[in-house]
Amino acid sequence: MRVFLSRLPAAVLGLAGLALLALFSMMIGKYGSGPGPLFAALRQLVTGEGSDPLLATVLWNVRLPRVLAAVVVGAALAAAGATYQGLFRNPLVSPDLLGVSVGASLGAVAGIFLSLPVLAIQLAAFVGGLVAVLLVTGVGMLVRERDPVLTLVLAGIAIQALVGAGISLIKILADPYDQLPAITYWLLGSMTAVTRFDVFSILPALGIGFVPLVLLRWRMNVMTLGEEEAQTLGIDTLKTRIVLIAGATLVTAATVSITGIIGWIGLVIPHIARMLVGPDFRRLLPAAMMLGAAYLLVVDMLARSIASIEVPLGILTATVGAPFFLWLLISGKRGWS
Amino acid sequence: MILTVKTLAFGYRDREIGHGVDLSLQGGEVLALLGPNGAGKTTLFKTMLGLLPVKAGEGLLDGRPLSGWSRRERALRIAYVPQAHAAPFPFTVRDLVLMGRVAHLSAFALPGAHDRAIAEAALENLGIAKLADTPSTEISGGERQLALIARALAQEARIVVMDEPTASLDYGNQMRLLAHIRRLAADGLAIVLSTHNPDHALQAADRVALLKDGELTALGATRETLTPNALKTLYGIEVVIGSVPGSDAFVCAPRPG
Repeated sequence: MRVFLSRLPAAVLGLAGLALLALFSMMIGKYGSGPGPLFAALRQLVTGEGSDPLLATVLWNVRLPRVLAAVVVGAALAAAGATYQGLFRNPLVSPDLLGVSVGASLGAVAGIFLSLPVLAIQLAAFVGGLVAVLLVTGVGMLVRERDPVLTLVLAGIAIQALVGAGISLIKILADPYDQLPAITYWLLGSMTAVTRFDVFSILPALGIGFVPLVLLRWRMNVMTLGEEEAQTLGIDTLKTRIVLIAGATLVTAATVSITGIIGWIGLVIPHIARMLVGPDFRRLLPAAMMLGAAYLLVVDMLARSIASIEVPLGILTATVGAPFFLWLLISGKRGWS
Repeated sequence: MILTVKTLAFGYRDREIGHGVDLSLQGGEVLALLGPNGAGKTTLFKTMLGLLPVKAGEGLLDGRPLSGWSRRERALRIAYVPQAHAAPFPFTVRDLVLMGRVAHLSAFALPGAHDRAIAEAALENLGIAKLADTPSTEISGGERQLALIARALAQEARIVVMDEPTASLDYGNQMRLLAHIRRLAADGLAIVLSTHNPDHALQAADRVALLKDGELTALGATRETLTPNALKTLYGIEVVIGSVPGSDAFVCAPRPG
């Protein structure tokens, strides 16, 4: 109980900070910047009277979905990253590295190409992500004599190249006036075109994906000890691993299906969260989710405010994430020991 | 007999490492397994722990075939203290020991006050309570070995399998660890350990099993079994065994050519 109480303020503070950040994010943009327009739009919404229909459209149909998407996608990618890092016992593993993101992209691109409905695109993204992670880890298990991390990384690169070829093929086949721009733009990772419907449509998949991560949050700690130790401690590691990978992959695929690939969050955020709250997944999971949401909120605010054009998110997350990754490698600090 | 193996063959899927092993284990005793590198000690342990399937013969844990237990049920009976514990994440010693409780909890349960109390008691038992909040990645090899034994105690299994528990420890920690092992056996645990040091077997084991090329060359009470002849068979070197004035321990020393 004492532990619970001492943790409570941190969680409340984190959530309050996140809410403030989201509110602040609602005030940033080309049109209707600052607190004034937000209050005006709120008054329009409540009283039903107002003179600026454009403002309402911008705030409620463009900006709000982006803010919601940033929170949901950031939290989901960070949670998936924390899970993969624990399961593969490697703090440098991420949804990108394991090919989950790119596999999900192939599924989603194929879905767009075939003009499938939104839910079917999500399903295709999930299948694509799952197949990719199974291929990468399958190769990792086959090659037992080599350094497992190196094998995983190299297998990830190979699978990504293969999947990339598939995506290129679809791009060539796609209708250059209608589908191709949509596919290309979406592949860069963007929340510009996200609608409220998009955000709500992935909530079921996120909900299902998060169930195992939350329910197994303590067992997740034991899984980081490695296959044999976890087994002798009494865990059915195969089943647990499958359920957790499926959950993390579903969560990743769902976000990919609406925003495309937003790299680096799944790698960098779990690190920072681990530095702040330690490796215990019971605290790591919520901390990583809050930080991931906050990070993507900030990145998205930058994306729509630092230049006269909209800067694609992938560019910003990579400019922050890649140097951080290199710093981890070079400093040898690695953040986990 | 809480663990018995009869004419056991063990090894990996495509490679048999050893065969014809007969062993039994009861509560309150320490059994030391000695053998040259590559004799199959670790593989035999992994088979006893159910990490590898029995290839031929029979392995009985509490009267039931080893493969007849689920992982969870097996973990309630037999615990493992691995030799190389490479932790990628800095869990505190307390959290590491608490993980020994996982077999006692249902899949979605979190450890409660009862589990934490058992983990604390295990830390106390091995005298490492003051390390409880230290990251397990920042303690010495000897302390980590004690933490892993504490985790096995928290698991509350009657058999503890230790893979070279004294390897890579300094002399003082080796002696302290052997004393802990004797004490735990006196409390009723059955302990199987492997070691490369005959002195450690002479000092802490009730019985020894000598493994060479996957077969037992001898099994029995320590002082009767661990003879210069047996060690010559095992390692191919000449030794003498005797006591040093002032100590009641028997030690092994090389005999000049």
